[in-house]
Amino acid sequence: MDWIVPFTLTVITASTPLLLAASGELITEKSGVLNLGVEGMMLVGAIAGFAVTATTGSAILGIFASVVAGVLISLIFAFLTLTLMANQVATGLALTIFGVGFSALVGSGFVGFAIDPLPSLSIPGISQIPVIGPILFGQDFLVYFSLLVVFGVGYFLTKTRAGLILKAVGDSHHSANAIGYSVIKIRYLATMFGGAMAGLAGAYLSLSYTPMWAENMTAGRGWIALALVVFATWRPGRLLAGAYMFGLISVMQLHAQGAGIHVPSQFMSMLPYLATVIVLVIISSDRAKIRLNAPACIGQAFRPAH
Amino acid sequence: MIRLEPRRSHSQAMVYLSPVLAIVMTLVVGGVIFAFMGKNPLEALYTFFILPISNSYGVSELLVKATPLVIIAIGLAMGFRANVWNIGAEGQLTMGAIFGGGLALYFYDSQSVFLLPAMLVFGAIGGAFWGAIPALLRTRFNANEILTSLMLTYVATLFLSYLVHGPWRNPEGFNFPESRPFPDAGLLPIIYDGTRVHLGTAIAVLVVIAGWLLLSKSLIGFQLRVVGKAPQAARHVGFRQKRMIWFTLLLGGGLSGLAGLFEVAGPIGQLQPSISPGYGFTAIIVAFLGRLHPVGILFGGLIMALTYLGGELAQITLGLPNAVTGLFQGILLFFLLACDVLTKYRIRFGSIAAKGRTA
Repeated sequence: MDWIVPFTLTVITASTPLLLAASGELITEKSGVLNLGVEGMMLVGAIAGFAVTATTGSAILGIFASVVAGVLISLIFAFLTLTLMANQVATGLALTIFGVGFSALVGSGFVGFAIDPLPSLSIPGISQIPVIGPILFGQDFLVYFSLLVVFGVGYFLTKTRAGLILKAVGDSHHSANAIGYSVIKIRYLATMFGGAMAGLAGAYLSLSYTPMWAENMTAGRGWIALALVVFATWRPGRLLAGAYMFGLISVMQLHAQGAGIHVPSQFMSMLPYLATVIVLVIISSDRAKIRLNAPACIGQAFRPAH
Repeated sequence: MIRLEPRRSHSQAMVYLSPVLAIVMTLVVGGVIFAFMGKNPLEALYTFFILPISNSYGVSELLVKATPLVIIAIGLAMGFRANVWNIGAEGQLTMGAIFGGGLALYFYDSQSVFLLPAMLVFGAIGGAFWGAIPALLRTRFNANEILTSLMLTYVATLFLSYLVHGPWRNPEGFNFPESRPFPDAGLLPIIYDGTRVHLGTAIAVLVVIAGWLLLSKSLIGFQLRVVGKAPQAARHVGFRQKRMIWFTLLLGGGLSGLAGLFEVAGPIGQLQPSISPGYGFTAIIVAFLGRLHPVGILFGGLIMALTYLGGELAQITLGLPNAVTGLFQGILLFFLLACDVLTKYRIRFGSIAAKGRTA
């Protein structure tokens, strides 16, 4: 049973960036905005976090930079789609293409740099308890923060007034506007939150998961996060379960060889992408459920009458 | 405060002007970025956009790079018009290369004149097959084609990697992850001596003409135009959305597959782990730059091909990272989408109250 602890640890670390990015996107989509640029925002967050950490030596500053970078790049999307009413799908794609290029350009000076990974929590005594010690009390703080975020998002959406307003804006922007809420302002904020979380997810990849910079290091995780939001039918509880399920699938390739399963590595690497397709098919075919939970105005531009 | 005032009808001038405006703005921002990187902006822009095509070989290379971009973008544009967002062209391109290239590898000592035509057909089928999966999943199971087509891109790339590392690796290739070189009968003929311009470039021109005819003269082309402009009207008249999804994904996939085959049977000449510098994604920008119109796409393809050439040259002569190309492409798409707003709206500054006083 020696494998349980290392296996669980890799599942947790693989799930965390998905959970962070998907929680942010969930809020964005609940406000009625479909931002397909998660992959690009994650990459920009990853390089911002890495570059600042590598130059200043401070991971805290790096994480802060990744959040700021994620917010700034999401503002480009918000300005184009919310102020200029550009097509959200096309703008999201542009954001990803831009993010890939921008991060590669900034990152070209940081290839081969080494940094210390984020320190993990270490409570004397407790973290040394066999099995549960390292799993529950031996993670770095972003892991705990990601759990906090998803619970916070759940609480926000169901228990707070602001959360209800956000959902109203996503479900019927004209009614929300008529009652007097500023649809555009709320959508700006929701998009910025999505950007911040995607930036943080990127920082987790470049500072903790693999403490280094490599071009395109997100490897489609931003897109998987988008699929996770659909999988979760826009509900945070299911998002948590989905993120850990995908984390599990994506680390299987790392452990298959050790377990004596000899499938070519490429086929193991396909698993997360194939699983995403299969999961999307299963969830989406229940049209009634999607209609019930999806924000009704998702992807639609809103032009204020005044 | 910026306000947008709807125009009564789309501005025709802006339809043509906005891509030009977007390119100019991209050049300005590009110059600023170059200055930030410590390069002389004018010299860098010259290296990027003029120098690559200042001789005839450069122009021929431009055609080689524009070929896959144009072919793919024509197919994608049909889908974008109908709100079918196939963003997995890169995967469909890869599958086309695998299907068509596989045929060349199976008949690796063939001298038959039928080999190349058969490869073209197989390439198109491979791409169409890979496009058919998102079509099936969307029409049958309601699954979002954006996500499925992109996920399938990763699967196709990994599958190609498996093939060239494993069963299709060249037995005489010193263990490099490459296939055998294709036989001469499976290579596209060069149509202009001394260059790499191949038959695929000529076919790309035919695809542009066919795309234009399809859009302007056929019933499905008419439907695509209506769906894009007035989706509700299209539904009322009873255009079948499922048919549109199937048609555009099969067409986009097939053309991407053909483009992929052209790459491996043309400039590359064998299968490798990497057969495209992201043509399938850049073609999305080409489609928008060409305003989803085949003739526009022809120009858009040439411009985007120039960013590839310029990126390579700037890397060699100025030591700029190759990633500049991707950055330029992203910025251009941003500006294109932003300038698009000018066709539908007038931009007004100041609040309504202020306007009321002056009126």
